[in-house]
Amino acid sequence: MKKSIEPFWWGLFGAGGTCAAFFIPVLLFLNGLAIPLGWIDAPAFEHVSNLVTHPLTRLFLFVVISLSFFHWAHRFRFTLYDGLQLKHLNLLIAVLTYGSAIVGTLIAAFTLWNI
Amino acid sequence: MIEGTANQNPRYTKYHPKWHRAKIPIFWWIHKLPHIRFIARELTSVAVALYACILLFQILAVADGPEAYARFLAWLKTPFSVFLHAVAFLFVLFHSITWFNLAPKALVVSLGNKRVPPVAIVALNYAAWLILSLAISWILLK
Repeated sequence: MKKSIEPFWWGLFGAGGTCAAFFIPVLLFLNGLAIPLGWIDAPAFEHVSNLVTHPLTRLFLFVVISLSFFHWAHRFRFTLYDGLQLKHLNLLIAVLTYGSAIVGTLIAAFTLWNI
Repeated sequence: MIEGTANQNPRYTKYHPKWHRAKIPIFWWIHKLPHIRFIARELTSVAVALYACILLFQILAVADGPEAYARFLAWLKTPFSVFLHAVAFLFVLFHSITWFNLAPKALVVSLGNKRVPPVAIVALNYAAWLILSLAISWILLK
């Protein structure tokens, strides 16, 4: 991985970390805990469907999902380097982590475009 | 942040000569609380990515129509899903807290020639977090 491209990945890491910090806890809590456990009534399908197909929501979801992937890619890459002492696998790990984030971004873009 | 500088260490070269160094065991970080906290913070990114995936599946279910969405909601009610989300929730909370607490280090704001105190920046982040969370709850549940 060329040094000159590092600030680019770091920028995505930072943007993703900020986005995730603000938005993931509330989305996870409502969708994954409060609604399934019956603490809050599930919104009707119509409402969720209208919400998700709104262009602004699509843009929001795309940004949150994609940047979250890039945030993970960068942080996990360095966790593998430092935590597991895998510095010699530099290129392979970079390709796998950033590659996954790029694939995830493409899937998110395709899904949200066609919904 | 530490990540950006880790591989800019000038002493690190790919094909270094074989000098002696003690082997560091894989679980070197387990023995001290700050190290465990560091690794836990780094692993919050796994919870973040996992939830991004789940969110994507939820969107796919909505796109597939009411029946697929009902099936997805039923899966969310399984003990496995609730457990997964509960653990992931703790990690993403830890991510948010550590992220906002570090914000003043990344964001140095000056008003006139006075530096805005770090505590104020952290407080602003928490306030924004609260407002955005309430706004999203309102949009999703209204």
